[in-house]
Amino acid sequence: MIVLLGVLVVILGFATRRNPLLVVGVAGIATGLLGKLSPVEILRTFGESFASSRSVTIFAITLPVIGLLERNGLQQQARTLIGKFGAKLTTGRFLTLYLLVRQVTAAVGLQTIAGPAQSVRPMIAPMAEAATERRTGGRPLPEKVREKVRSHAAGTDTVGLFFGEDCFLAIGSILLITGLVNSTYDTHLEPLHLALWAIPSAVCAFFIHGGRLLRLDRQLERELVTANAAMTVADEDGDGNESGAGVK
Amino acid sequence: MIKSEWFFWLVGAVFMLMALQMVTDRSNPKRLGTASFWGLLGACFFYSSWVTDKTLPAEPLGVAVLVLICLGGFNRTSKGVPRTTGEEQRTKLAARFGNKLFIPALTIPVVAMLCATLVSKWKIGGEPVLEDGSETILGLGIGAVAALGVGMWVLRERRVTVPLDAGRGLLEAMGWALLLPQLLAVLGAIFEAAGVGTQVGKVTEAILPEGQRLAAVALFCVGMAVFTVIMGNAFAAFPVMTAAVGWPVLIEQMNGNAAAILAIGMLAGFCGTLVTPMAANFNIVPAALLELKDRYGPIKAQAPTAGAMLVCNILLIYFFAF
Repeated sequence: MIVLLGVLVVILGFATRRNPLLVVGVAGIATGLLGKLSPVEILRTFGESFASSRSVTIFAITLPVIGLLERNGLQQQARTLIGKFGAKLTTGRFLTLYLLVRQVTAAVGLQTIAGPAQSVRPMIAPMAEAATERRTGGRPLPEKVREKVRSHAAGTDTVGLFFGEDCFLAIGSILLITGLVNSTYDTHLEPLHLALWAIPSAVCAFFIHGGRLLRLDRQLERELVTANAAMTVADEDGDGNESGAGVK
Repeated sequence: MIKSEWFFWLVGAVFMLMALQMVTDRSNPKRLGTASFWGLLGACFFYSSWVTDKTLPAEPLGVAVLVLICLGGFNRTSKGVPRTTGEEQRTKLAARFGNKLFIPALTIPVVAMLCATLVSKWKIGGEPVLEDGSETILGLGIGAVAALGVGMWVLRERRVTVPLDAGRGLLEAMGWALLLPQLLAVLGAIFEAAGVGTQVGKVTEAILPEGQRLAAVALFCVGMAVFTVIMGNAFAAFPVMTAAVGWPVLIEQMNGNAAAILAIGMLAGFCGTLVTPMAANFNIVPAALLELKDRYGPIKAQAPTAGAMLVCNILLIYFFAF
């Protein structure tokens, strides 16, 4: 039971908002020691699992080209493009459309064609923001609203990926299930059956998250009204927010 | 054969090149700490290759990871003022290039798609062109390199230092958050080695109600989600919860449909992934990339969906798997 104290370190660390690197480092060493690993074994585990998890950092390879495109105006062009679609394409509707595309492409095995670095930051988030800015008449969004729109752009990408990818039979999680169950429990499961059973959840996820995104439009509307009221009282404060905080 | 290791080396080389630029960047108040962090991280990407094929010991890499934790954790890194264009210039450039700007950005998904569908089937002399099992990494890597080439051609940019500088700006803006996903994978491995999984399995078994189908299904799904929140990864939770509840109770004792229970159970775990800072690559890295003030913004946006989907998954198993 005592190894569960390591879990407690993580929870407390994240709850008190300590630097996550330190939380993870301390929790890792503490759990290892509590679980009776020797210091050398802990170091070895640190090294081996770092080496085998490099694929989660591979997205960094897209940063130079994304940076190059951004300094040449990709985000601005993304905004211009969304402007051409007219008022019908609200932030919520745009993100719902993206949710659908992300789910369908992930379901046919194309998980890496989009993601926070390659699509959300350079295109999806600026487009979602521009769709909201149409309601402020082009004025920069209040910080709270901008953060919310960007958070939802990131969230939509993740939800779409998670509840799309399992419908594809060669994805890691499906292969993990068949690999584990077929070797441990002396049975035979086909990846195809597992992938088919992921479809009902995928449909539910589209309606639940899509429904929330469509409601997001109304929430943003309300928040803009309150923010506008506050801004007319203290105009200078409101404009003090730099519109291009994401543009460096 | 194109190997995934090549792209890990490329990432390592890019980090080290950027570290060299950082050393001379006087606009960065902590240039030496920043340069050491990224330089060491780049070197680790190379050294790791020999650790995975077991020709060099893993312990020195463990020490290096601890050094990285200290550099990032004790605030030894910072960012410089990026040499780039301003908002007004960008608007002008956007007007000049127009939708051509999307061509390189869309090159990444198109190439990734071609790699996944076509190139993965190609063989040269009986050997697959793309290393088996790494098609997704390779698709992204090849896509990014191709996109850079297309981008420099479309934008008539000849200097390689320009994308390198621009990428470095993004890298410095994200800072140590970029390392967090890998560190959490490390923590998951430590948890596994120290037996945290077995303990959680025992606790779950102890609170398992007898013969109550809905309660057992709920315990399986909620257990998957909660354990995923702790470990940051549904893959780590799955073997534990399957051994504790899924297989012995739901499938053997209650005669449930194994494919349905396990597939939907995994998705219940994903509901946990949506709300945990431990899954940094999905939840914290996007916040850093989008330069959000609130590190937990994406989690807040995802949490209601995660809760509703957990209920959905419980009901799907309860109604359709028996």
